[in-house]
Formats: sequence, structure tokens, C-alpha cells
Amino acid sequence: MVDFRMPSLGADMEAGTLVEWLVKPGDKVKRGDVVAIVETQKGAIEIETFEAGEIEQILVDLNAKVPVGTSLARIRTELEPTAGLPKAAVAPPTAVVPPIPPPSITPAPPPSAGPVLPQPVLPVPAAPVPSVAGRMRASPAARRLAEQRRIDLASVTGTGTVGAILRADVERHPGPTPSAPKRAIGLDLDAMRTAIAAAMARSKREIPHYYLEHQVDVTGCEQWLARTNAAQPPESRLLLGALLIKAVALATRRFQAFNGFYSDGKFEPSPAVHIGVAIAIRGGGLAAPALHDTDQLALDDLMTRMRDLVQRMRAGRIRGSELSDPTITVSSLGERGVEALYGVIYPPQVAIVGFGKVVVRPWVIDGAIGPRSIVTVTLAADHRVSDGHAGALFLADIGHLLQEPDEL
Amino acid sequence: MTTLADKPHLSRQHMLDLLKHMIRIRRFEDKCAELYTQEKIRGFLHLYDGEEAVAVGIIPVLDKRDRVVATYREHGHALVRGVPMATTLAEMLGKQEGCSRGRGGSMHLFDRATNFYGGNAIVGGGLPLSVGLALADHMRRADIVTACFFGEGAVAEGEFHESLNLAALWGLPVLFVCENNLYAMGTALAISESETDIQRKASCYQISAEAVDGMDVVAVEAAARRAIHAIRETGKPRFLECRTYRLRAHSMFDAQLYRDKGEVESWRQRDPITRFRSWLETNHMVHSDELTHIEEEVAAEIAAAVAFAEAGTWEPVEELARFTYEDRTFEDRGVQ
Amino acid sequence: MSRRRTAPKEAAAPAAAELTYRDAIREAIRDAMRRDERVFLMGEDVGRYGGCYAVSKGLLAEFGPERIRDTPLSESGFTGAGIGAAMAGMRPIVELMTVNFSLLALDQILNTAATVRHMSGNQFGVPLVIRMATGAGRQLAAQHSHSLEGWYAHIPGIKVLAPATLEDARGMLWTALQDPDPVLIFENVMLYNMTGKLAADAGPVEIDKAAVRRAGRDVTLITYGGSLWKTLEAATALAAESIDAEVIDLRSLRPLDDATVMASVSKTRRAVIVDEGWRSGSLSAEIGMRIVEQAFWELDAPIGRVCSEEVPIPYPRHLENAAIPQVPKIVAAAKSALGRA
Repeated sequence: MVDFRMPSLGADMEAGTLVEWLVKPGDKVKRGDVVAIVETQKGAIEIETFEAGEIEQILVDLNAKVPVGTSLARIRTELEPTAGLPKAAVAPPTAVVPPIPPPSITPAPPPSAGPVLPQPVLPVPAAPVPSVAGRMRASPAARRLAEQRRIDLASVTGTGTVGAILRADVERHPGPTPSAPKRAIGLDLDAMRTAIAAAMARSKREIPHYYLEHQVDVTGCEQWLARTNAAQPPESRLLLGALLIKAVALATRRFQAFNGFYSDGKFEPSPAVHIGVAIAIRGGGLAAPALHDTDQLALDDLMTRMRDLVQRMRAGRIRGSELSDPTITVSSLGERGVEALYGVIYPPQVAIVGFGKVVVRPWVIDGAIGPRSIVTVTLAADHRVSDGHAGALFLADIGHLLQEPDEL
Repeated sequence: MTTLADKPHLSRQHMLDLLKHMIRIRRFEDKCAELYTQEKIRGFLHLYDGEEAVAVGIIPVLDKRDRVVATYREHGHALVRGVPMATTLAEMLGKQEGCSRGRGGSMHLFDRATNFYGGNAIVGGGLPLSVGLALADHMRRADIVTACFFGEGAVAEGEFHESLNLAALWGLPVLFVCENNLYAMGTALAISESETDIQRKASCYQISAEAVDGMDVVAVEAAARRAIHAIRETGKPRFLECRTYRLRAHSMFDAQLYRDKGEVESWRQRDPITRFRSWLETNHMVHSDELTHIEEEVAAEIAAAVAFAEAGTWEPVEELARFTYEDRTFEDRGVQ
Repeated sequence: MSRRRTAPKEAAAPAAAELTYRDAIREAIRDAMRRDERVFLMGEDVGRYGGCYAVSKGLLAEFGPERIRDTPLSESGFTGAGIGAAMAGMRPIVELMTVNFSLLALDQILNTAATVRHMSGNQFGVPLVIRMATGAGRQLAAQHSHSLEGWYAHIPGIKVLAPATLEDARGMLWTALQDPDPVLIFENVMLYNMTGKLAADAGPVEIDKAAVRRAGRDVTLITYGGSLWKTLEAATALAAESIDAEVIDLRSLRPLDDATVMASVSKTRRAVIVDEGWRSGSLSAEIGMRIVEQAFWELDAPIGRVCSEEVPIPYPRHLENAAIPQVPKIVAAAKSALGRA
């Protein structure tokens, strides 16, 4: 007795619906006879028997949808005529063979007499290049966190492949000071706030600040900007801030006492002028990275670099050198700020220039009163290095420079 | 006047050989169908039932040194060409003992020993290949014929026209054999070709062409002898349109919605095996026990092939990338 | 731009001749055909016309019409014929006039040439060489300006080469003809007129290694083919800004020489890939990914790339120039990798 099963007719045939029997129990069939019709996704297909014999029993009702391999009928085979002709290929064992789903990389072996297909070995990517001796490997994320936390990567143990340092390794690291509290993941600004707190406290502790204030008419600057920017696409336009910073840079060149570093009881003026631009970011971050050689920069260039600094600041991509290089700092609260801003000097610098917001005031020009754009510029300076007289001249010079925007 | 070379050999033994070849193909295809329904053969399976007279009439006329290019419906061509049945079946089961290491399956039977160049699943894909094989022989003045088998569906492909043109232009020794079974999968010839007289197309390329009843193995063989003889004499290509019919569906998974059952039945009356056997019986060229003997021999060969194939082994997965390129290092190739 | 480019001077053997890239290829073909009578050239207009790019000029007279074989406009037909002839023991060089027309032969290349060895269980191989012109820059508009060598480099079973120097134009062909598998050679159209000196005894070169054309420390510029010279020019411009770029000429696009690339990126820690293909899904994407897979820990900057803009290449000069990689874009990408504006 053999089973006549639902045949597989195609690579994507999983089941078929028997819609017609062309034989009944008792009918004799030979190899190749069509015995039933099966409805498939492609249409009705006649199916044939490969066994000869007599139909013994129908097992499946009409209109039943059954998987490939399901027994549909039983056939009683005839005795073999000669010994030389072996039985036709043995029918598969009685377990239903589930169809193997097509594009499977690791096919589940069918629970039949068929061979178990071995799992294919997925190609292993080539081994990374062997390291130069002593080279430290750390992921970009790890590096950024280490920099923010001021952790020396050399002191971190890496758990990544080839011993690379991962972010989690830096997070696990106890940090630069034993008293530093355990950090939760992702609070980078905490570290920054701590650093600011330390610096500002030190500044107020050590630096005898004096303060001066001066009002500057920047109407000319605004008009100049309007003319100059008219011909520029938005991304190339100059802001007033660029003019202010350039003016400070040029003035700083002439007033050395405000450009340099005070340490160990001595002031070292700096040959170069690197203005630290105070940039605040949402969440409480604040830093003043350097615009190197500010006095040499053309306004366009200065503007571009300022934009770049802001962008990188927000992305946390300021380099350490940029934070330690400024020789004087300029701070401006822009349009959202107040009229006058008195800064706190960033040690070891010796001065910080502050700009308030531009306000239109009534002003006396050539004996008449008219509206003018006025900005209040302040100076906070280290009295160990300079005094009010020099400071006044410095601020006045800035004011004069801002009357000639063409020369900036 | 016909020469000895192109007179059909009507000896009794030869007739029996032709009959056996056809029966052998038919029973083999039948077994493939069975194995397919049991999911032992997978992918696509295209069977040759009804067309046996074409492969059997033509391929034995070729010499061992000649070349054969066929399509995805090529089991019959492979068998009659001499590719062992056991390795053919092992190939269909995907076993590494198969003629193509199991890597090709039903549609990609290759056999170097018999100059059998596949097995091609792209309709029309073998025609340019045949032109190239013949080009090499032409350039080396070798007396070799390349027989290229394709269906009438290939006639619609640009490659057909490019290949015939090249073969005629350059005078290449190709025998183009179009097995016109009237259907390209499910599309009838009448709705895909503006000119359905296919051998006329070859004439347009200045290739001598002939149409023959593809259900008559004797007629096919006679036409093949004429054509191959001419190619050897002239070095120029020839075209044979064999008008035949596919008694089974295009492939296993085909509901044949595109053709009428009555049509199939009327062609079944012209089954090449039945017709030839009747003719032999009528002309007392075969005894019934000889027929039985043929069937028994074929059945035994098939059973042995099945046993061989089922006992075959799977190529180790680690070998997957092997033979993507030739297995030699650059240094081994001895350059410079 | 039809500016004549001059290759850098070689420390050559005595009696170096001055010749063009086109001349070098012609010499390679001539040399191959003299060495091996199985070699023949087949393609459109290679004989009587002398070759669309004048590469085969004069060869018909020297070797005759059987071996310098003009074909009808049947890319699929004659590429398939080249495959068959190779399978039957010849050593054909099929010339597809440009990569743009090769699409008509793509089926034969992918479905026959690339598959036969694996598919037949190693019974048949296809020792065929296919040469094609590629690239943009001559204002030939959208259908004549493709750079599809990256596409072809996707296919297992074939090898893909991009000679960018005279030595490679002269030397890669013979080695390719010795290869038992199909080899595609891409010649950038902007290189044909390039002149330089080539040693008189210049001969076959290896085809599976990349070459460091300029050593440097600060950034690795990885490129091939027509873009090599723009990249070298960019490296010179960068040097003036104190950026020392290392330039790698891939030479072989399939297989890629990972070892050379990774050694360089390991040293410089920064990589920019210059690839004339369209950016998305290009060869540069593959190389970038390999760098991430194999040299991630060495990187100090995101990997950059300069590719063609994702547009059909337009006809007017300024638009075409804007669409394909140029020296300023390469310079900018290198500086960006160094965090410089």
C-alpha cells in the first residue's frame, strides 16, 4: 500500500486545494494517469499518479486546502512482474514534509529521510590591520566622552575588539578626581558646568577686576552691513558680531596689556591675538574657543570661522587647544540680552570685553538729535596688569574702529 | 543526388536505436516529474515530452568532436549526446556527483567530455555562445560543427537576429535548430511573431533553411544529415525548423490556461514515440519482446540512476566560493 | 576639458619613449597578438575605421581582417561570440566601444561569462578580455558619459581593471589575457590623449594590487582611472596648505586590494574616496564600508567621498564639470577630513 500525496509542482507552491477526483475507490490506475485536479495560485492543474494499482481509499475531501506532501489517497500496488524491475522510488515517510521556504540562508532541515543541509558559514570580515606598537584605539564616542570628562584615555581599559576603548569603558572609568560623583549616561554638560564653576571661582578669587563702560554708535556699521550683505546669499552674510570682534582684535594689537596670560605673578603678553568667542549652548554649556589670529582675518573668513565654531560647539567637537589658546575674550549676549554685559575674566587671560544689545537711542549728531543705534561695550580687566586709563583708551579705540567698518 | 552521408540509415538496428533513445528520454522525464512532486528535484523543471524526435534525430548525426548548445529543456539532448544518466540525475538532485557538481540543476547541465555546453536559462542566451564556439573552429580551420538548439520563443530576442547575422556574415559552421513547439511558456507563436514561418527568417539572413515535421524522427534525421553534411562541405551555417509540440506543460507549475485540452490531445495522437513504434510494428521491424526488452533496460538504467543520485552527497558549504575563479594563485599561473 | 595631461616623469630605464595612453594600449594589443596567435580583437569599427578612439589604428593592415575583426552593431551577439570563442580555446579581446553600449551585452557578461565556471562545476572557463571606454568629460551628454565600472565590480566571477597610467595601459592587457577568467578593462576617455614617457622594455604588469602613487601622512586619497590625475593635482594643492596627502591608485576594482588601502588608512587615519560613479551604491560605498570593517579603530575622521552628482550627465561644459569629481571638490573633501574649512 502506498500513499498518493499532494505533489509539489513548483518552487513556490506550498499547498493546493483538491477540487476534483477523477478516480474512485476500486478504480485501477497506471503510472501517468491523471487522478485528480488541484487548484493552485496559478490555476487548476491535473495531477498524476506515479504508482500503478488500485485506488483503495480517498483520504481528503474536496475543496480541502492541504500542504504539499499531505496524503490524499491510498493505492494498493500490484505485485511486481519480474524480479529485475525494482519497485518504483519509495514514497517519502509518513511524516508530513513541510515545504522549505525559498530564499532562506539557513534552511531548517526537513524532518524526513532527506539529508540535513549544513549551516552555511557566513563570511568573516577580514581581520583588522594589526596595530602599530603602542597605538591606542578608541571609538569616536569614547574619545568625545573622555575629552569632556577630562579622562586620560591611557588610563582606560578597553573592552572592544583588539582592545579598543568603547564609550562604556569611559563611562565606567572613575574620572579624573576621586570625589567626582558617578555620572549617569549622557550628561556631558555636567562636566562642563563643573569646569566653569571652577574657573569662575578662581577668577573672582585671584583677579582684581576693574570695570569700564563705553557707548558706541554703530549706525555706520549697520548701514555698511546692509550695503555689503545685499549682494550676498544668506549663508555668506556678515553679522554685526563679526565687526565687533574684528574691532576688538585690531584694538588689542595696539593695547598689549589686555592680550596675554598672567601666571606665577607675571604677565606674558601674547604676540598673536586669539580672541576667545564666548558661546553658550542650550542646557547651560558655555565656552569661549579661540579664533586664531583674529586680527589677521578678513571679515568673511572671520564670519565663516565663527559659524564653524558655533556649529562645532553645539556638536561637542571643540578641540582642547581651542579652549586654551584665547588671549582675550569677547562676550556678547546678542539681541536677546541686556544693554550692558560685565564679564568675568577667564584665567589666565587678563581681560574680557562685553557687548550689550544694540539699542536705538536719541543721540546728538552735528548738533541735532536723531535716532542712532548704540551698543554699550564694557571692559573687565586685571588691575594687576592694566589700569583704568589704559582701559579707557582701549575702549575708545574700539569705538573709533567701529566708525570705519570699511577698514575692518 | 544524395550521397551516402545524407541518406537516412534505415537499418533495423538503427531504427531500434532511435526508438530506444526516445523511450529512454521519455521515461527519464517521467521519473523527473515524479521526483519533483516529491520535492527531491527543486527549482524549475522543464520536460521534453513530445519533442524527443528532434534531439534524437539530430544529435547522433554529430561527431564526438562537434559541439552542442541547448536550452533549459535540455535533459533529452544531454542524454542522447552521451552525458551519463546517473550524473545527469544527480545534478538534478543537486548532488556534487552531478555533471555540474550539483551547482546548476536541471537548467544547467554541462559536460566537457561530450562537448555539451549547457543548459541555459536565458532564452536566446545560447545563440551568441554557439556563434563564438563556431568562430573559434572557423579561425582554426577545424572541421567541427556546433549544433545550437533553441525554442521558437528565442526568435523574438535580439540575440537570435544578431547571431544569425554574424554566423552568415562570417561563414560559421553552426547548425541552428529551432524547436518550434508553438508556445513560448504560455504565449502562442501566433501572438508573438508577425512572421510565424520561422525558417523564412533564416533565409532573410542568407542562411539555407528547412522546415521539417519534428514529430517524425526519420524525417528529422534525414534533414539533419543534409544540413550537417552541407555545413561540413561549405563551412556555412544552416537552419532547421523542427515543428513539434510539448505534450506536458511548460514546467511543472503550469496550469496551461493558455491552450486548449483538445489541441493537446490531437497532438498526442502524433506522439513521436507512439507513431514511430507503430510504424516499426506495421513494417515488421520490431518484435514485441524487443520492445519489452527496451522498456526493461531503460527502467533498470533509470532505477540505477535514481539510486546513484539519491546516494549522492552534498557539496560541502566550505566549497561555496570555489571555482568562482580558477583555483590557481597569480604566481602559479607563471606570468612573467 | 580637453587639456592634455602629462603623466609624472618616471625614473625609467634608458631609451624611454614619449607616447600617449592610446599608443600604449595599441602596443599592448600588438604585443599580445604577436606573442599568441590565439589572440584576436573583435568589436565595432576596430578594423577599417581604426577604432573609435584610434586605439587599433594600423592593426588591420598588420594582422588582417580575421584577427582584427569588424563586427556589426550587435553587442550581445559579438560579446557572446567572444565568450564562446574563449570557451573553445581562443583568446579573444572583445572591444565594446564604450561602457554605455555594454549594457546591451550585460546579459552575456553576467549570465554567461561570469557564471559558467561556477555553474558548470569548473568544467568550462571563459578566458576572455573585454575592453571598454568609460567616463565623462567630453560633453557627450547623458547616454554617452557613464562610469559603470563600479557596477561591474559587483559581479563575482569576473575581474575588473582600471589602468590609469601608461605602464598599466601597456602592461595590464597581457596579464589579463593570461587569466583563465573573464577580465574587463576600463579605459577612461579623458586619458587617451595623455602623454608621458614609457620605458622601451615596458611589459606585462600584475593586475591585482593597488599602487601608492604619492606617499603622505595626513590623509589617504583613494581613487582609480580617470580620477587619478585630478586626485594627484589635488594632492599638490593640498601640499601648498601643508596637508600631506597619500594617493592610492586602486588599479584593480575587483578584486580590491584591501591590504594596501588599510595600511594607508592605518597610517593617516583619514580617508577620502574619489570615484566617478554616481554616489549612491557606488564603488566608493563599498570601499568606505571595507574601511569601516577593517580599520575602524584607526580612523580619526568620518570617511569622505567625491563622486558624480546624482544626475544624468548634462551636455553643457559648466554643468558637466559640476557633475563629475573635480580638483577643488577633492581638496575640500580632504580638508574636511582634517577638520579644516
